Amino acid sequence: MIWVFIQGANGAVEAVGLELLTKARTLGPVTAFFLGESNDSVLAELGNYGATEVVQLTGAGDALPAAAVAAAIASEARAHDPVLILFSSTYTGRDVAGRLSVRLDRPVLANGVDVAVDGGETTVTNEIFGGTKVVRTKITAPGPALVLARPKAFAAEPAGGSVPATREVALPDAGHAGSATVTDRHTEAASGPKLEEADIVVSGGRGLGSAEKYELVESLAAKLNAATGATRAIVDAGWVPYAKQVGQTGKTVKPKIYIACGISGAMQHLVGMKDSDTIIAINKDPEAPIFDIADLGIVGDVHSVVPKLIDAL
Amino acid sequence: MNIIVCVKQIPDPANPYSLDPETHLLIRPEEQVLDDTDRYGVEVGLQIAAATGGSVTLVSMGPAGNMQGIRQALAMGADQAVMIDDAGLRGSAALNTAKVLAAAIREQGFDIVIAGTESTDGYTGVVPQQIAELLDVPALTFAKHVEVDGTTVIIHQQTAAGYNVVRSDLPAVISVTAGVVEPRYPTFKGIMAAKSKPVVTHTAEDLGMGDTDPGQAITSVDDATEREGGVKIEDDGEAHAHIVEKLQELKVV
Repeated sequence: MIWVFIQGANGAVEAVGLELLTKARTLGPVTAFFLGESNDSVLAELGNYGATEVVQLTGAGDALPAAAVAAAIASEARAHDPVLILFSSTYTGRDVAGRLSVRLDRPVLANGVDVAVDGGETTVTNEIFGGTKVVRTKITAPGPALVLARPKAFAAEPAGGSVPATREVALPDAGHAGSATVTDRHTEAASGPKLEEADIVVSGGRGLGSAEKYELVESLAAKLNAATGATRAIVDAGWVPYAKQVGQTGKTVKPKIYIACGISGAMQHLVGMKDSDTIIAINKDPEAPIFDIADLGIVGDVHSVVPKLIDAL
Repeated sequence: MNIIVCVKQIPDPANPYSLDPETHLLIRPEEQVLDDTDRYGVEVGLQIAAATGGSVTLVSMGPAGNMQGIRQALAMGADQAVMIDDAGLRGSAALNTAKVLAAAIREQGFDIVIAGTESTDGYTGVVPQQIAELLDVPALTFAKHVEVDGTTVIIHQQTAAGYNVVRSDLPAVISVTAGVVEPRYPTFKGIMAAKSKPVVTHTAEDLGMGDTDPGQAITSVDDATEREGGVKIEDDGEAHAHIVEKLQELKVV
């Protein structure tokens, strides 16, 4: 029995949830623990991607849900003894997995890019050092194995499954641990395609020189209908918000085209974008590691190359 | 107010990392640096301390080495440090790390615990949540803005769509993203003062840790298939044309 934790997003299933289901169904019969607004199309979609059973977690209200969700899944796990519980490394996914590991006193393996179950034993694959090394780790503790998978680790594909059986589990009162409350929600005006879903991503790094010059990235992206990304260095410097960060501690992207402007290619960045179909890099330093993986590398100043490129498009 | 900031010493990320071929553990030099991610947590802690008249205690687990990383955080202004260094904890997974840190925090007493969202070298990103569960308090994670008002903490929590305002009574754990505040640089006075600030060291046994089996074992470490670099062109003032050509070839323009 394989369990996956999945959230809703605007009345649908979050995209990473379908990725998890696609992997999970190759490992065994799948139960989806679904947190969010459920409806017929959500259930049909969960079934279509491989869930044979859906447990709807209800009653989250405005509280931060992780403490109560972890408590609910822990008591279900004690009753049903799943082999593996899969999460995606989303904000709430990490919150729930961390708390659940304490509840069940089981390790949680994070940043998985693959997972295998063989005779009840779970092995997780990780990429470390900017994706230059592949590490396999066997979970030796008794089950359930808890694994957080990186978004984009698996490509979502429908399986044509039918509408799954459903049951509801009301979230328990988690006391003080579950008492933090969301008092207001702000949606930032998103212009252009989403970073994780865009076919083309244009990213900027420290080579841009200043926060104002990020405008070059935005202008180029606008021309190509691309999403904009950034390195950790310029996020830490406060030039752009954390939501734009691509890399180990940020988002993983796999667009058709990734254009790196003024990015040297630190390991922490490469792991988040190295699986893009085509990589184009512009950087002053001919020795920059980004050129080792770029299909087309331009050794030059972004301040000169990018404006000319924008004009030419 | 008792403010705890979890910090970690890591090998300088400017140098390439490597694994011990036998133990598969990250090779840690004597001289490690303060994880850059932690400077934000330390700064948030110092600002809350200044506003509430509280004190900032650093809690850290790992090989102490020459303590340069911890001294960096003390030099920023933290009052004291608790360091857990125990050979038996090498290779600890996130859960054991959280158990050790939570035990040290419980012993110290706390109103608010601050951590980065994830370390730069291990980056599991679950330790703050595990600490919160162990301490049975809320975890307000991925904060990009933090304010403490009396016994209440309010954060702006990063979300996929923007941010949520989240409020909780203390005690609580918060994890902060880079950019939450502008971390201060240590002053000369701060650096000198850091040399004489109290640093308590503990072993796992001191904290009553029993079994420290991580429950996981690395079975293989292999080189990844390398992605081959392609064409590299020196810009002669017209190199942008090669990009246009590539984009045409890929049928996007």
